[in-house]
Amino acid sequence: MVDEAEAIEARADAADERVYVASQWQLMWWRFRKHKPAMIAGVVMLGFYVIALLAPFFATTEPTLSEGDRSLMPPQRIHWFDGWKPSPHVFAVSGERDQVTFKRVYEVDRDQKIPVRFLGRGFEYKFLWLIPTDRHLLGAKGAKTEESIFLLGTDLQGRDVYSRLLFATRISMSIGLVGVSLSLVLGILLGGMSGFYGGYVDTVIQRAIEILRSIPTIPLWMGLAAALPQDWSVLRVYFAITLIISVLGWTELARVVRGRFLALREEDFVMAAMLSGASHTRTIFRHMVPSFYSHIIAVSTLAIPEMIISETALSFLGLGLQPPAVSYGVLLQAAQNIQAIALTPWLMIPAFPVIIVVLAFNFLGDGLRDAADPYSQ
Amino acid sequence: MLAYFIRRIFFAFGTLWVVSVIAFAIIQLPAGDYITSYITGLEALGDLVSEEEAETLREEYGLNRPIYVQYSKWMLQVVRGEFGLSMEYQLPVGDIIGERLLMTIIVALAAVFFVWVMALPIGIYSAVKQYSVGDYTFTFVGFLGLAVPNFLLALVLLYFSFRYFDANVAGLFSPEYFRAPWSIGRIIDLLKHLWIPAIVLGTAGTAALIRIMRANLLDELRKPYVVAARARGMSEWKLVLKYPVRVALNPFASTIGYILPYIVSGSIIVSVVLSLPTVGPLLLRSLLSQDMFLAGTIILLIGAMTVVGTLISDVILVLIDPRIRFSGR
Amino acid sequence: MATTDSQPLLSVRNLRTHFPLDEGTVVAVDGASFDVQEGKTLGIVGESGCGKSVTARSILGLLDRPGRIVDGEILFRRRGGGDNGVDEVLDLATLDPKGHEMRSIRGAEIALVFQEPMSSFSPVHTIGTQLVEAVRLHNDVSRNEARNIGIEALHSVGIPFPEQRIDAYSFELSGGIRQRAMIAIALSCNPSLLIADEPTTALDVTTQAQILDLMRDLQQQHGMAIMLITHNLGVVAEMADDVVVMYLGEVVESAPVDDIFYAPKHPYTQALHQSIPSITAATGQKLASITGTVPHPYNRPKGCAFNPRCSSFITGTCDQQVPQLLPVAPDHQVSCFLYPEGGGT
Repeated sequence: MVDEAEAIEARADAADERVYVASQWQLMWWRFRKHKPAMIAGVVMLGFYVIALLAPFFATTEPTLSEGDRSLMPPQRIHWFDGWKPSPHVFAVSGERDQVTFKRVYEVDRDQKIPVRFLGRGFEYKFLWLIPTDRHLLGAKGAKTEESIFLLGTDLQGRDVYSRLLFATRISMSIGLVGVSLSLVLGILLGGMSGFYGGYVDTVIQRAIEILRSIPTIPLWMGLAAALPQDWSVLRVYFAITLIISVLGWTELARVVRGRFLALREEDFVMAAMLSGASHTRTIFRHMVPSFYSHIIAVSTLAIPEMIISETALSFLGLGLQPPAVSYGVLLQAAQNIQAIALTPWLMIPAFPVIIVVLAFNFLGDGLRDAADPYSQ
Repeated sequence: MLAYFIRRIFFAFGTLWVVSVIAFAIIQLPAGDYITSYITGLEALGDLVSEEEAETLREEYGLNRPIYVQYSKWMLQVVRGEFGLSMEYQLPVGDIIGERLLMTIIVALAAVFFVWVMALPIGIYSAVKQYSVGDYTFTFVGFLGLAVPNFLLALVLLYFSFRYFDANVAGLFSPEYFRAPWSIGRIIDLLKHLWIPAIVLGTAGTAALIRIMRANLLDELRKPYVVAARARGMSEWKLVLKYPVRVALNPFASTIGYILPYIVSGSIIVSVVLSLPTVGPLLLRSLLSQDMFLAGTIILLIGAMTVVGTLISDVILVLIDPRIRFSGR
Repeated sequence: MATTDSQPLLSVRNLRTHFPLDEGTVVAVDGASFDVQEGKTLGIVGESGCGKSVTARSILGLLDRPGRIVDGEILFRRRGGGDNGVDEVLDLATLDPKGHEMRSIRGAEIALVFQEPMSSFSPVHTIGTQLVEAVRLHNDVSRNEARNIGIEALHSVGIPFPEQRIDAYSFELSGGIRQRAMIAIALSCNPSLLIADEPTTALDVTTQAQILDLMRDLQQQHGMAIMLITHNLGVVAEMADDVVVMYLGEVVESAPVDDIFYAPKHPYTQALHQSIPSITAATGQKLASITGTVPHPYNRPKGCAFNPRCSSFITGTCDQQVPQLLPVAPDHQVSCFLYPEGGGT
């Protein structure tokens, strides 16, 4: 009779293996894969970070190189063919100051062709901060790259918008990461304490959070950012701004974490863990936290674009990063009013990477959030 | 329930007090004070100010007293309805803010109205027709709305309307009505200009609320009482609107309160871009020039609106959801 | 099933309901056939996940997305539905679930009572609202009249102070009262068939007994048929006239209640009986259980669905071919290779 029972069990079990055995992360990956926009967004994100890492390689000039003669040049087009031959080149541009309006007027000189080559030579830099080289993605032949190629035009000081855009990606993207890390630490710590211990600790932290949330963020940021001394170095300002932005950002994460802890506290498996002798720490980190890793990842991913927008907004108003630092916000300062936009619309271009990055992060975060609960339908 | 309200109101006052302290502290943070930047401004014009003169000025404005004294003086005045003197404009703060505050509120209300009118129906539709073409379209457009920072949206709109319609949509009034007294004509002019800021400010809020509504409704649509209603023979749309929408409306309604201060806060930057005669550009200037009373009052007012908004939303939530009414809070 | 002169009130023939999910298609009901006789009670018994609830939902077209009826007929004899007030037979499987016809049947002719009375009421409306709405959906009466009908209905299910209770919210009532209220709503339009999906599972034993008594009384008063879905054999023994045993979406045995209890033929039914703890068993005796577990819906066994757990398993047959539901006695049908056409063990 026992043998029979075992035989029956064996037959029944063999059939169930496949679906039950998949680990949590595997299930998550399967679900994430189905979310096409999120996958595309992930690729886009990677692209941005690659650009951030390799900014000098993609750039054609140093971002701070200014030249009054080149002020407010419109974008140059790369022509891919010379007659019928494939031969990428740009036309030289010469500018003159109009005697009546005192504005610079630019003319394209179609006789002067400057060939453009891939992996050409340009300004010197250190690839990945280690290897000195002067190779860039695009280089001019027979002329100095930094004087010839202006893919997206120049700004008022004659600085190449394209290169500045690439370097701005570095700063803006990293602020997002740093800011979110800070918020994460604060949020998990305080939210966790609040949710796990409950009672008095919870009340105090909750009240603090409510008060912080009641303060209107933009005036607060503006106030704090305006308070930074003018003589601080770029790096200090960078970190100060990041700090300011995350000071209010952690509250959202803390609420989420607290909510999760509160719910989990009542779960039977927590009680089981504690009954079998696990200490508080062990219960929290080994049993409770793993059940909402995925949720945290999703929420954090959605917090990054907010950070980026905040920094962009502050710098746009002139309160955040100051020159010579370059971020999307700093670049957009030039496009603050209708006159600037009407006459030199290419100065608005930095708005697009901001939009794309934020969109990408949102899709990514959404996909992660959907995948984070692989057992729901 | 009354006890709950009293507690909430007490708490609101407490929060307000903290906001005022923080607002005041922020103003004090930058080294130096208004006199410093005033002097620097004068020096740039070639006018030097001696130390004694500076001290006299400080004495006059009460800037050489300890901070808590300055704060108490200010709060006493605030409670009396006097908000102090703007050092830059040499006018009472109340006068300067006055009409701008009204404009700020009008713009914000217009945006809130826009949000509600758009978000509710679209959210409901998206949930009921989940995975349909309409749903995906709205989701995508909603994403765009959420992702594009409102001031950038303002920029883009400005550009396109100028480029293709030769219209300058900045500002809230046409030149002839700008300083005119109130009249029907002025109101109509205002309405004609109002829709751009309303859309710009409301887009993000709409997108967010659509997602909330959609998510809530999707949760509710799965619940047994919806099936029970269907089992009684109700038609699909009637039962959706009567039951799950009503339940899903609760968390939705509780966000109303938050929308107003959120929009007011968000309108600051947009106002700078669109040159709106609201509180935003004023705040920026006062912060940059450390015009203490002006900046502090603006922050205090916005904080007050936030707190009031939160209170209102809590009250509405309690009134709407009988479960909370009966179980207390 | 029963070979009486009258036609069955509801006749399900070969119902197949599928849920096409991303990970695979879940076959919730795979060829179920049974009849419900007018004024009688049919008990549908089976473990969780065997498809009993899905069957009930399929009948009224209440399947959750993406569920679909892919095959079979649900023949319902509608009172006076045809011309000249003659009874009309409809195939419910062909009706548009959102259409007018189906909606006119729901609540009025076939009513559904759910397992969880708490979540079956809207949390933000009074039960009165929902009761009145049910009445007015199928009867042309004013709101006041409907309210009176509602109060009367609450009274007939034994709820004290119905005039006050009608304005209560569902969370203010106890479990038993809630369930009675649900039954009141279900009966408010005098349906000919009441489908009760695990009506007592969420209640304590005493309340359970009361509700069952109530249902029996109401059945006698109104002459309505009851389709009682449960996993509790005790409830079946008490209430049912005929019984259908389901496993993994199929009907494995159907017979009058006495036959099911005293002469079960299908190995599954027999195993179910053995697994009921008996008060007369010797102390220390192990609780018998059915070996193995219900297979994952994506992994239906080949051949007979029960074969991996069957103690009378015949190699080569049970895991290769699917048995058919065949009669072994006038009212008794079994789906098992132990009982080939007409014969017995």
